[in-house]
Amino acid sequence: MTFNLETAAAPKGLRRVAIDPVTRVEGHGKVTILLDEQNRVKQVRLHIVEFRGFEKFIEGRPYWEVPVMVQRLCGICPVSHHLAASKAMDQVLGARPVTPSAEKIRRLMHYGQIMQSHALHFFYLASPDLLFGFDSDLNLRNIIGVAQAHPEIARKGVLLRKFGQEVIRVTAGKRVHGTGSVPGGMNKHVSRADRDALARDVPQMLEWAQDAVKLVRQLHAQNAALYDRFASVRANMMSLVRADGAMDLYDGVLRARDARGGIIFDGASDQSYLDLIEEEVRPWTYMKFPHLRSLGRDKGWYRVGPLARVQNCDFIPSPLAEAERREFVAWGKGAPVHATLAYHWARMVEMLHTVEVIGALLDDPGILDGDLMAGGERQSEGVGVIEAPRGTLIHHYRVDANDLVTMCNLIVATTHNNQAMNEAVRAVAREYLDGNELTEGLLNRIEVAIRAFDPCLSCATHALGQMPLDVTLLGPDGELIDHVLKSHRGEMVRNLDAPAGLPG
Amino acid sequence: MTAPLLVFGWGNLSRGDDALGPMFIRHLRAQVRAQVRAQVRARSGDAGAHRVEFLEDYQLQVEHALDLAGRERVLFVDASVDCAAPFEATVLQPARDSGVTTHAMSPAAVMQVFRDVHHAEPPPCTLLAIRGETFELGEPPGESALANLGLAVGWGVRWVGGPP
Repeated sequence: MTFNLETAAAPKGLRRVAIDPVTRVEGHGKVTILLDEQNRVKQVRLHIVEFRGFEKFIEGRPYWEVPVMVQRLCGICPVSHHLAASKAMDQVLGARPVTPSAEKIRRLMHYGQIMQSHALHFFYLASPDLLFGFDSDLNLRNIIGVAQAHPEIARKGVLLRKFGQEVIRVTAGKRVHGTGSVPGGMNKHVSRADRDALARDVPQMLEWAQDAVKLVRQLHAQNAALYDRFASVRANMMSLVRADGAMDLYDGVLRARDARGGIIFDGASDQSYLDLIEEEVRPWTYMKFPHLRSLGRDKGWYRVGPLARVQNCDFIPSPLAEAERREFVAWGKGAPVHATLAYHWARMVEMLHTVEVIGALLDDPGILDGDLMAGGERQSEGVGVIEAPRGTLIHHYRVDANDLVTMCNLIVATTHNNQAMNEAVRAVAREYLDGNELTEGLLNRIEVAIRAFDPCLSCATHALGQMPLDVTLLGPDGELIDHVLKSHRGEMVRNLDAPAGLPG
Repeated sequence: MTAPLLVFGWGNLSRGDDALGPMFIRHLRAQVRAQVRAQVRARSGDAGAHRVEFLEDYQLQVEHALDLAGRERVLFVDASVDCAAPFEATVLQPARDSGVTTHAMSPAAVMQVFRDVHHAEPPPCTLLAIRGETFELGEPPGESALANLGLAVGWGVRWVGGPP
């Protein structure tokens, strides 16, 4: 069995549209669409390639190198990989739990990471679409346009992210390639000077984070029909929660709910993730499709990340964010919210929570003093699960008697969300792609759906001179009908002579 | 005190020639420091080490606009598949980006963010693009890329010593 619009019944003779980011490394993301003679959508696939080979890159290395090495997976959330690997290696060392001081400093680092990533996503990537609409002038729909129309928003976004980066620097030790977290604990406290400097800025960050939640809530209220319908996909939801059901982004037990909000499983140990999740390979993409074993591949796919977390928990353990969570839940009128654009609202609720947590941890003397390292009985295997900015992140390692990694398995948020992202793109194609000429507005609707998830399309690399989108329209016999290149500056150029993007 | 010159390289050390940006930073910093030590030994006065700040990161991001503040000149350095070997230096103008992910920015967009956050023009910025060929995970930089890097570092030394 296949999912609706995943595979056309008779692909021969269908026209093919490929939306294809071109990078210099490998195909990181591409959308292909097949249309019939009446321009009806017959097949839509989002292909994502990432982390191919990274697990092999880790195998054979000493376990103590891993929390530093894995930061090279991603330039946006290296701290999530740093801490997930550390948590897995804590298990290997038998250091569970780590000391209270170590956990508090790690939490501070992690919540700083979530904060800076959410700020970047909302202010830099998402707010132009939300503030100006999907069909607005391209020149408006970027942070420069936002800055011109809402000058304070751009400044707040940059400074919120900068604050989160500073939290990372004082806990991880460096702005890049931090070494603060190690298997078994932490290797440094937070200095009083750093603590005091950060604490001074917390009230301002709280005010700006509250403004951001209010803004996105107002946007939903102003155009409820669009926000509730666009790319809406009913899905199961999975995340870590604290044992008492509270939101916890650093540690906890695994919980999954169905699309109606009912519990599928709860209180599950992160060490048993393989009993809960199965990864499926499909022939048309390198990226795996995880699903909940108990429900099977067709009914067991799920979403992770802010939209799942805000609705999967019973409450948020900080007052301002909890009040906002209640507003969010009320929007669903008793049912879970499945609108893809609601990711942005949930993301800002979480950002507010992270600032509240950062403020509380900065007031905690445990980050300045106390034992940093724990130990225990050496194990041969460990799993570390953490809620990264985009969702649940799983690191799983086996380590031999020579302290070398013999097995590494990573499941990142973008992989968990693979089916949900595909379904969101299909929902957009069904509603908006009507076989018309490829227009910037159409491309942007597909991009808007992908942007809501903010997938790790270019993890572990970047590209100078990249072309984010390369769109080709082929006729029934494979002849080139249209070819649009969209530069990283957003300029669209039709060029039938230019070589098309990636194959496949 | 903010150093008047900023050299900012970016890239992933684990991705073959993608390492050229951060490697450039490390090589140029070492050369500048060596020059400073030599000039101090010769008592030839202030060699100007404090005049240059070196930064490296995986990717350019919005907060890097804040690193441009108070500079006389800025040099961005990255590996490139587009430029001619061994390297190309281009004067940059502020410009906007568009994309589907938060995972990368262009240096021109960083300048534009500076303009909009500070309501002022960014300092003069130059992009030094060093030709790279292979970007495979776990691979070291290739021989031709390293040769290009050596020539680019020589150019960088002259840029540091040039007129403000």
